[in-house]
Amino acid sequence: MTFEKFVFYVFALITVYAAFRVITVRNPVHAVLHLVLAFFSSAGIWLLAEAEFLGITLVLVYVGAVMVLFLFVVMMLDVNLAPLREGFVRYLPVGGAIGGLMILEMSLILASRHFAAAKALPPHGPHYSNTRELGALLYTDYAYPFEIAAFILLVAIVAAIALTLRRRPDARRQQVGEQVRVRRQDRVRLVAMAAESRSAGPAEEEGS
Amino acid sequence: MVETIWQVLLILIKIVVILVPLMLGVAYLTYAERKIIGYMQVRIGPNRVGPRGWLQPIADAMKLLMKEIIVPSNANRFLFVIAPMLSLGPALAAWAVIPFGDGMVLADIDAGLLYVLALSSLGVYGVIIAGWAANSKYGLLGAMRSAAQMVAYEIAMGFALVGVLMAAGSLNLGAIVRAQAGGVLHWFWLPLLPLFLVYFISGVAETNRAPFDVAEGESEIVAGFHVEYSGMAFAVFFLAEYANMILIAALTAIMFAGGWLSPFAGIPVLGAPSLLWLLAKTAFFLFFFLWFRATFPRYRYDQIMRLGWKVFIPLTIVWLLVEGVAIMARVGPWFDHAAAAAGS
Amino acid sequence: MSSELSDVLVPLPEIVLAGLASLVLIVDVFQRSRQRPATYYLAQLSLLATMVTVWATAPDQPVVALHGTYIADTMAVVLKLFLLLMVLGVFVYGRRYLDQRGVAPGEFHVLGLFGALGMMILVSAHSFLTLYLGLELMALSIYAMVALHRDSRAASEAAMKYFVLGALASGMLLYGISILYGATGSLDIATVGARIGDQAQLGVPVAFALTFIVVGLAFKFGAVPFHMWVPDIYDGAPTAVTLYLGSAPKIAAFGMAIRLLADAMGSSLADWSGMLVILSVLSMGLGNLVAIAQTNIKRMLAYSTISHVGFIFLGILAGTAEGYGSAMFYALTYALMSLGSFGMIILLSRRGFEADRLDDFKGLNARHPWFAAMMLILMFSLAGVPPLVGFYAKLAVLQAVVHVGQVWLAAVAVLFSVIGAFYYLRVVKLMYFDAPEGEVGVAGQGLDVRVLLSLNALAVLGLGLFPGALLGWCMAAFG
Repeated sequence: MTFEKFVFYVFALITVYAAFRVITVRNPVHAVLHLVLAFFSSAGIWLLAEAEFLGITLVLVYVGAVMVLFLFVVMMLDVNLAPLREGFVRYLPVGGAIGGLMILEMSLILASRHFAAAKALPPHGPHYSNTRELGALLYTDYAYPFEIAAFILLVAIVAAIALTLRRRPDARRQQVGEQVRVRRQDRVRLVAMAAESRSAGPAEEEGS
Repeated sequence: MVETIWQVLLILIKIVVILVPLMLGVAYLTYAERKIIGYMQVRIGPNRVGPRGWLQPIADAMKLLMKEIIVPSNANRFLFVIAPMLSLGPALAAWAVIPFGDGMVLADIDAGLLYVLALSSLGVYGVIIAGWAANSKYGLLGAMRSAAQMVAYEIAMGFALVGVLMAAGSLNLGAIVRAQAGGVLHWFWLPLLPLFLVYFISGVAETNRAPFDVAEGESEIVAGFHVEYSGMAFAVFFLAEYANMILIAALTAIMFAGGWLSPFAGIPVLGAPSLLWLLAKTAFFLFFFLWFRATFPRYRYDQIMRLGWKVFIPLTIVWLLVEGVAIMARVGPWFDHAAAAAGS
Repeated sequence: MSSELSDVLVPLPEIVLAGLASLVLIVDVFQRSRQRPATYYLAQLSLLATMVTVWATAPDQPVVALHGTYIADTMAVVLKLFLLLMVLGVFVYGRRYLDQRGVAPGEFHVLGLFGALGMMILVSAHSFLTLYLGLELMALSIYAMVALHRDSRAASEAAMKYFVLGALASGMLLYGISILYGATGSLDIATVGARIGDQAQLGVPVAFALTFIVVGLAFKFGAVPFHMWVPDIYDGAPTAVTLYLGSAPKIAAFGMAIRLLADAMGSSLADWSGMLVILSVLSMGLGNLVAIAQTNIKRMLAYSTISHVGFIFLGILAGTAEGYGSAMFYALTYALMSLGSFGMIILLSRRGFEADRLDDFKGLNARHPWFAAMMLILMFSLAGVPPLVGFYAKLAVLQAVVHVGQVWLAAVAVLFSVIGAFYYLRVVKLMYFDAPEGEVGVAGQGLDVRVLLSLNALAVLGLGLFPGALLGWCMAAFG
C-alpha cells in the first residue's frame, strides 16, 4: 500500500464514521459537529485527488460559513430528543432496506465495465494549476450554467427575505441618515451665564 | 526511507523555527499592549517584574499555568476541553503559507490565499463550541454574537481578497508580494485602498478585538464565550487571539504593503528586500490594533451587523467592479503587468 | 471573434427576461404604495418583451450555442411563447386576489418572472447541467411563491411538503443524471444520446439511470404513484399561486421530458415507454376516480391534473414524432384550460372569501349566466367534449397511441375519460340546475380578470373549432 492510499483510507474511514454518527448521535449539536468532521475529511480526500481548489473551497464555504450558521440555529433549538429516538427505531428497517438497495445498485453500476468515470485521469505536471484551469473552464465552457446558478442564488435571497422579513411597527431602527444629520445645536445648548461672585453662592460648595 | 525521515525532521524544525518566535511575539505583544495603552491613558503600565517590567509576560504565563482548570459540572466535558485547541489550531496552521522572504516559506502552495481564508474562518469554531459547551447563558450569548459577526465579516474579507487576487493574478502569497515590486506606490494599498481598509477592519472584527469585541463584552455579558474558563485553558484562548492578531497584521503587510519588499526600492542597502521589512510592517499594523482598543468605545451589536452587511460588502463589490475595469483598461503602474500575467 | 459574439446572443430571450426581471426587482424596492403598480406593469411588459424576442429570434434550424449548453429549436420557441403567455395570464388573474389576502405583490411578480426564466432555460437546455439548473430555478421560485401567504397555515404546510418532496425528486433526477454521466462521460444531451445509441449494451448503468430519471420526472409531473403532493399543494397554496404552478410548469415539464427521454435516451425507447405505460394508466385511473369524491374544487382540479398528466405521458410513450407533437399539443391546451378553471375560482373569490368549494358554484347561471357559460366551456373541454379543444387533444394523443399499435391502451384511456366526465359535468349541473347558496358574485375582482377569463374560455372554444394551426405547429416542432 502506498502512502497516498493509506492516507485515503484514513480519510475515508473518518468520513464514513462521522457521517454515520451524524444520524445516530443523540445531541443535535454533536450531529452538526460530526457533519463538520465529515466535510473536513472529504476535503482531505479531494486534496489527495489533486483538487486543491475544491478541497479548500469546501472547507471555506461549508465548514467556515454554512455549518457555522447551522450550529447557530441548532444551538437555539430546544429539541425534545425522545420522540426523535422513537422514530429512528421505527423507521430503521425501511431505511436500512433502502440503504442496502442503494449499496447494491452502486456496486452494480460501479462494477459495470462501461462505467467511463472509473478510468484514471492522467497525472499532471508540477506547474499545473488546478485553480486556473477551473477558472478558465467556468468562465468559458460553463459560463451559461454559471450565470444560471447566480440567478438561483438571487432567487434564494429574494425568497429568504420575502419569507422572513416582517415589518414590526414596534421595532426600533437605527436611522443613520438622521444620526449623521444631527448638528450640535440640536442636542447641546450653551447657556451664557453671568459670573457669580463667591460670596453670593453658598459657602459649603467648596467643601463638597 | 531515511530520506523521508530527514524530510519530516526538517519540516518539524522549520515549524519550531516559526512557532517559537511567534509565541514569544504573542507574549511580548501582551506586554506591549499594556504599556502602549498605559501611555495613551497617561499611566505607566506594568513595571514591577524584572527591569522595566520586561518579565511581566513570563510571570503571567507562570501564574496561569499553576492555576486549576475548572470544568463546570453541567458542561460537556469533551467539547469544553477541545474548544481552546480548536481556537488555537487554525491560528497557528495559517502560518504554514506565510512567506517571510522570497522563497522563505514552509509550504509554498498554489492556493495559499484561499488556504489562509479557510483557516481564518475556522477559528470561530473554538469560540462557538466554548460558549456552548460551558452550559452558561453568557457563554452562549457570546457564541451567538461571535458566529453572526464572523459570517458577516468573512464575506467582506473574502471579497477584499478577491481584489488582491485580481490585482496579483495569483493565489500564491509569494507571487502576490512579487507582483507588488517597485516601491511604496506600487504596493496594493494604493490601488486597492477601499479593499485594504475593509480587509484590515474586518480583520479586527474577525479577531474579536475592540471595538468589535462583543463576543467577550465584559461590561455586558461578563466575558462572553470564555466566562467559565480558567487557568491554561483560558490562556490558550488568549494565545489564539494574539496569534490571530499577528497573523492578520502579517497578512495585511503581505497583501497590501509589499511583504518583505523595501519601501526605499532602488536605494542601496536600504532598498534591499528583507525579512526585517516584513516584521516592521507587521509591527506597524499591530500598533493599530492596540491604538483602536485605547481609542474607540465598543460598537453596539446591531451597528456591527450594519457595518458588515450594508457598508463593507457593497463597498467591496463596487471596488471589484472598478478594479475589473482598471485591469481591462490596463491602468498603470499596477494593472498593466497583472493583465499581462492573467492573459498568458 | 464575431462568431463567438453571435453565439452569446443566441439565448437573447433568456437574457432579456433575466435583465428585466432584475430591473423589476430593483424598481419594486423603491415603490411606496402597497399595490406596487409599477412592479405589476413592468413585469407584464417584460413578459411581452420576452415573447417578442422569442418570436423575433426563432431559428429555422435548431441552433446549439454556448458550448453545447443551449439549444434553440421550434419546440423550445413554441413552448416558451406559451409558458410566457400563461405567466402573463397568471399575473392578471392574481393581482387583485393577492392584494386582498395581504400577500406581498412585489415578491410574487419577481419570483414569477424568475420562475418563468427557469422554465425557459429548462425547455431549451442542451446539457444536463443547464437542464437541472433551469429546473431548480423554476422550482425554487415556486416553493417561495407557495409560502408567500405567511399568515396561512395551509400555505406554509403546502410549501414545506412541496419543498421536501421537490428536493427528493430533484435528488432522484440528479442521481440518474450522474449515473448517466459516469456511463457516457458527457453532460451534453446530444453526445449522451449518441453514445447510448452506439453501445446498445451499456446495460446496467443506463437502466438504473433511466429509472431514476423517470421517477424524478414523474415526481415533477405529479404522476401516480408519485402524486401525493399534488392535491395538498394545489389546495394549500393561494389560488393565484396554484394557477401559476398548475399551468406554465406543466409546459416546462413536458419540454424537460422530451429533452431527457426523446433526445438523450431515445435509443432506450423500449425501456422507458414501458415505465410510462404504467405511470400513465395509474394516473388516469386514480386521478379520475378520486376526483369524483372531492368536495373542494381545487382538490378536484388537482386530481384532474393527475389524470391529464396520464394523457400527456400517453403521447410521449408512443415515441414517434406524431406522439411527441400530440403530447405537446395536449400540454399546451391543458395549461390553457387549467388557467381558465383556476381563474374562475379567483373570479368568484373576494376579500375574506375563497370560492373553493363545489357548493360555491351552485346556481351560478342564475346570477352570472355569461361566466356560467364560460365555466361550462372549460369543464366540457376538460372532459373532452367536441368541438372543444380538449377533445382534439385527447383525439390526437389516442391516434398516436393507436398508430404504434397499442390499441388496448387507447381503450383504457377512453374508458377513464368517460369516468372522468362525470365530475366535470357535476360542476355544470351545480351551476345550471341547483339553487344558489350564499352570495357568490364576481364583484370581488376587476374588469381585467373578467375580460381575461372570457378570452381564455373563448380561446378554448376557438382552438377547438380551428385546432389545425396549433396542432400543425406542434407537429412541425418534431419534423
